[in-house]
Amino acid sequence: MTPGSLGLIAAFLVVVLVLVKPLGMYMAAVMEGRPIWPLRAGARLERLIYRLCGVDPGAPMGWKRYAIALLLFNALGALAVYAFQRMQSWLPLNPQQFANVSPDSSFNTAVSFVTNTNWQGYSGESTMSYLTQMVGLTVQNFLSAATGIVVAVALIRGFARHNAQSIGNFWVDITRTTLYILLPLSTVLAVVLAGQGVVQNFSAYKDVTTLEAVSFQQPKVDAAGGPLKDAAGNAVVESLTTQKQTLPMGPMASQEAIKELGTNGGGFLNANSAHPYENPTPLSNFLEMLALVLIPAALTYTFGQMVGDTRQGWAVLAAMAILFGALVTIAVHSEQLGNPRVAALGIDQTASGLQPGGNMEGKEARFGIGASALFATVTTGTSCGAVNSMHDSFTPLGGLVPLFNMQLGEVVFGGTGTGLYSMLIFAVIGVFIAGLMIGRTPEYLGKKIEAFEIKMSSIAILVMPFIVLLGTAIAVSVADGKAGVANPAAHGFSEILYAFTSAGNNNGSAFAGLSANTPFYNTILGLVMWLGRFWPIAAVLAIAGALAAKKRVPVTAGTMLTYGPTFIILLIGTVLLVGALTFVPALALGPVVEHLVMWGG
Amino acid sequence: MTSLLRPAIVLFLILTAITGIAYPLLVTGVAQAVFPSEAGGSLIAKEGKAVGSSLIGQSFSDPRHFWGRPSATAPQPYNGLASGGSNLGPLNPALTDGIKTRVEALRAADPTNKSPVPVDLVTASASGLDPDISLAAAYYQVPRVARERSLPPDAVRSLIAAHARGKVLGILGEPRVNVLDLNLALDALK
Repeated sequence: MTPGSLGLIAAFLVVVLVLVKPLGMYMAAVMEGRPIWPLRAGARLERLIYRLCGVDPGAPMGWKRYAIALLLFNALGALAVYAFQRMQSWLPLNPQQFANVSPDSSFNTAVSFVTNTNWQGYSGESTMSYLTQMVGLTVQNFLSAATGIVVAVALIRGFARHNAQSIGNFWVDITRTTLYILLPLSTVLAVVLAGQGVVQNFSAYKDVTTLEAVSFQQPKVDAAGGPLKDAAGNAVVESLTTQKQTLPMGPMASQEAIKELGTNGGGFLNANSAHPYENPTPLSNFLEMLALVLIPAALTYTFGQMVGDTRQGWAVLAAMAILFGALVTIAVHSEQLGNPRVAALGIDQTASGLQPGGNMEGKEARFGIGASALFATVTTGTSCGAVNSMHDSFTPLGGLVPLFNMQLGEVVFGGTGTGLYSMLIFAVIGVFIAGLMIGRTPEYLGKKIEAFEIKMSSIAILVMPFIVLLGTAIAVSVADGKAGVANPAAHGFSEILYAFTSAGNNNGSAFAGLSANTPFYNTILGLVMWLGRFWPIAAVLAIAGALAAKKRVPVTAGTMLTYGPTFIILLIGTVLLVGALTFVPALALGPVVEHLVMWGG
Repeated sequence: MTSLLRPAIVLFLILTAITGIAYPLLVTGVAQAVFPSEAGGSLIAKEGKAVGSSLIGQSFSDPRHFWGRPSATAPQPYNGLASGGSNLGPLNPALTDGIKTRVEALRAADPTNKSPVPVDLVTASASGLDPDISLAAAYYQVPRVARERSLPPDAVRSLIAAHARGKVLGILGEPRVNVLDLNLALDALK
C-alpha cells in the first residue's frame, strides 16, 4: 500500500469518526421528537401533512401495524416507479424522447429502487427521462433510505422501552426522517457537488464538436431494428466517421447527493460514480464516500444515546471499523499489486510520483488505486452499490473483498438503518452463543433474549444466504442464466454469484460484464431483492415489538458487559463465522480459484 | 388495513412532491445561480463553438496529439451516450490481447521509444470517458509529439508540467493531466 492510499484511508476514518457524535445526537433528537430548532421550524408543515393524511401523530403502533404500514407505503412506491417508466414517453421532461421502458426492466428497476438496492439493469443516459429520474427514482432514493432508518429506530425503541405495546408511529417516523435528516444533508451535498462539476440542469443533451474525428464500425440494422445479415449470414457492418460527441445533461447533482447519503447507489448515468459528470474530482469522490458512511456510522451513536448508554453504540461502531480496516487493506493491497499477466507484457504497473500504477483496468486516472479500492470497500460494506471503478475488472482478491463485504450481510457500517439493525441482530445472536457457552440466559441491553427473538433473528440472518445461494444455483443451471456471462471460467461464476449477492443484500453494485437486462435476470433478481429486503425487515420489527413488551432485567454482577473488547471480538466473530461458513464454498469456486490460477500459472 | 391506506397514499404524494419536485428544483436554482458553468457541464468554447467539456475525455489517435486512455464505449470510443468500462476480468485473454494491440500501436507511432508503457495508457477506464492520463503516460508520449510537431522535447515537457495536477494535501487525487486541455494548448502553440 502506498503512503498516499494509507493517508487517504486514515483521513477518511478520522473525518467519519469526528462526525459520528454530532450527527448521531441530532438524529436521536429528531427521532425522539425533541423540540430542537429544525423540528420547531417544521412543526406547521408537519401538522399540515398529518392533517391531510388523517393521521394522529401521537397514536402508537404495535409492530404488526407498523410493519403493514411500511409494506403498504413501499408497495405504493414500487407501483409509482413502475408506472412512471411505463408511461414516460407520454409524460413531460423527456427531451431525448426516450421510449417507455419494457415491462420486465420496469419491474426490476421499481423493486430495485424501492428496496434501496438500486441495481441497474438499464443504462441511465439512454433509457430514463428526467421526469422518471426525479419523480420516480430520486423519490425512492429518499423513501427507501428513510424506511431503513425507521426500522433501525423501531428496533432501538424495542431495547429502550419496557412493558410497552408500541414501537412508534410509522407515518411520523418516515416524515421526520425525510424532512429533518435526509433533505437538509442532501441539499447541502448536492450544491457542493454541483460546484465540483456534477451537472444540474434540465437542458437537452448537448452536442460538441471534438478536436479529432473518430472512425468506427457499427452493425447495420434493418427497418425493424434487428441486425442486418448478408447472403452468407454474417452481420453487415458499416464504417462511419463522426466529429460529434453528445454529452448527457439533467438533474444529476440532486440525485447524486441522496444516492450516497441514502446508500442507494443508483446512478443517473450508466458508469455511475466513475462518470466524470457524477464524480468529477478527487474532492467530490471523498465527499461521496463520506456521504455513504455518514448516516450508517452515526446511527450507532443514535442507538447508544437512545438506549441510555453511548458505550453500547461505540462498541458496535468499533466492530464495524475493525472489519472495515481489515477489508480495505486487502482490497487496496491486491489492486496495487496489479496483474502479473499485464506485467509480463512489459507494462509499468509500479506506483511512483508520476502514476498510481497497479491494476488500472476499469479505473479512472483521477482516482487511481487507493481511492478506487477504498470506494469499492465502502460501497459494498454499506448497502450503497455506487461504483467509481468497475469491480468486474478487479484482481481476484480485490474483487473478493466487495463480494465478501456484501455476504457478511452489509454490516461494515451497513446501509442507512439496515447496517445498524443487521448488526444488532448479530449482537443478539452473539450474546445467545455466549450465553450457551457460560450457561446463562442471554441478555442484551437489559432484555432477556428468548426463543422468539432467536427464531426471528435466525430468519433475519438466514434469508439472505438462502435466496442468494438458491438464486445462484438456479442461474448457473439454466441456459438463460449462463447466457449473460461475459468472462470465461471461474470469473463467469463470480459474475453470477456477485449479481445474486448484490440483489439479496440490496447493494446494487455489479460485476457489470453480466448482461442482466434480460427477462430472466430482471425477474429473478427483482424477486430476490424484494425478499432480501422485506422478509428480514418483518422479522426485525417482530423482534422490536417483542423486546418493547418485555420488562427490564436489572444489571447484576453476572451480567455480561456488551461493550468493551470482549464483546467487540464476540460481535466480529459472530459476523465472520456466519458469513464465512455460509459463503466460503461459493467463494472457493469463484475468486479463490481465479487467484490461484493468476499467480500459480 | 383500510385505515392505513389513506395515510399511505397521501403521505406518498406529499413526500413525492417535496423530494421529487421541490428538492431538485431548489438545487437546480441554487446551482445555476452559484455555479452556472459547472452545473451546465463544464463546457469549453473555442471561437464561440463548444469543442468539448473539461470533464469528459475525447478520442485522440493523431500522432501530433497526446492520446488518452483506451475507451470501451460502443460503437465508437468516448461515446457520451454509452458510458462504461470493458468489464474484462483479470484473466480474460481479451484483456491481454487488447493491451498487446495498444502497445503495438504506441510502439509503431514511436519506434525509438523503448521505455516501459505506463499501465493507464493501455487499460480501459471505468467510465470510458476518462478525461485524464497519468503524468507518466503523458511524459511517455513526449518524444512522439515533439518529433511530429518539430518542437524541442523540453517545450512539450514544460507544457505538461504547466497543466499537471497532483495530490491535494498528499492524499486527494493522483498525478495526472487533462488530455483535452493539453491538446488544446498544444494546438495553440502555433
